Amino acid sequence: MLPVVIAGVALRSRLFIGTGKFSSPAVMAQAVEASGSDLITVAIRRVDIDAPSDSTLSALDLSRLHLLPNTSGARDADEAIRLAKLARAACGTTWIKLEVTPDPNYLLPDPIETLRAAEQLVKLGFTVLPYMNADPVLAKHLTEAGCATVMPLAAPIGSNLGLRTRDQIGIIIEQASVPVVVDAGLGMPSHAAEAIELGADAVLVNTAIAIAHDPVTMARAFRFAVEAACLARDAGPGDRAVRARASSPLTGFLRDEGSA
Amino acid sequence: MQINLNGKRREIQEGLSIGELLRQLCLRSGLVAVEHNGEVLAPEAVDARVLREDDQLEVVRFVGGG
Repeated sequence: MLPVVIAGVALRSRLFIGTGKFSSPAVMAQAVEASGSDLITVAIRRVDIDAPSDSTLSALDLSRLHLLPNTSGARDADEAIRLAKLARAACGTTWIKLEVTPDPNYLLPDPIETLRAAEQLVKLGFTVLPYMNADPVLAKHLTEAGCATVMPLAAPIGSNLGLRTRDQIGIIIEQASVPVVVDAGLGMPSHAAEAIELGADAVLVNTAIAIAHDPVTMARAFRFAVEAACLARDAGPGDRAVRARASSPLTGFLRDEGSA
Repeated sequence: MQINLNGKRREIQEGLSIGELLRQLCLRSGLVAVEHNGEVLAPEAVDARVLREDDQLEVVRFVGGG
């Protein structure tokens, strides 16, 4: 299984994990471990000065994980750029998952503000991984702006609805010159496998794992699904046919050769 | 004197640097970032930056997110 390479960095696992909504930092860390992932996303928020608890990340082994901070909460390009700068100051990474979601009901990404932010962040030296709707034309614009990946949504964030944008993502993959990471809405391991089999370079999963009854086992399940789909792709699937093609010999006992 | 720290008024000593304030709040180590009057500071810049009356200070850190 080949690693996925983003901005020159090789990642062994094609499963990226979001760290939100877990019942505790300890469960989150165990789920990340079980997933086999080497890239996790995190958000930026104010410290509660009166009750500065331990960071969510304290339970993680950050020496073997790539951190991908996001700009969640940003409603326009300026807010996203502000969050990106804070993330860079906090951990030194120039990688940023660009999210601009002005609509609180569906959290759909704003294509115009996302593109505007991407152009500026690339100029500021960031490695930009933009969350976007599954729009092949927008994917081209973001790639031309210098983004390191495109990250089309499968379905609204946290919805667990699966690969609702399958055909559009297929076009994005066909035309892509940067890695395609399917992000948001993947609710079951089979959804992740479907995205990888379709040709996606990686998937990003958070809610499906975090809110499962047993997040650690669900993380393992996603790991196996993504690995299985990668292996299947490497193996070279056979072609499809509308009519049946017998798997057992049709002759040799009940029918004579030539009379079948 | 008072500053605005994460949206709340807070009394601090005169002449305090941001680095020293973070130490007092037990936030000096770890993955935090500081925005001072709208300017995001590099981690190495916090010790030299002295706070003044009515300064706006935001201290943020990583939390779980997707």
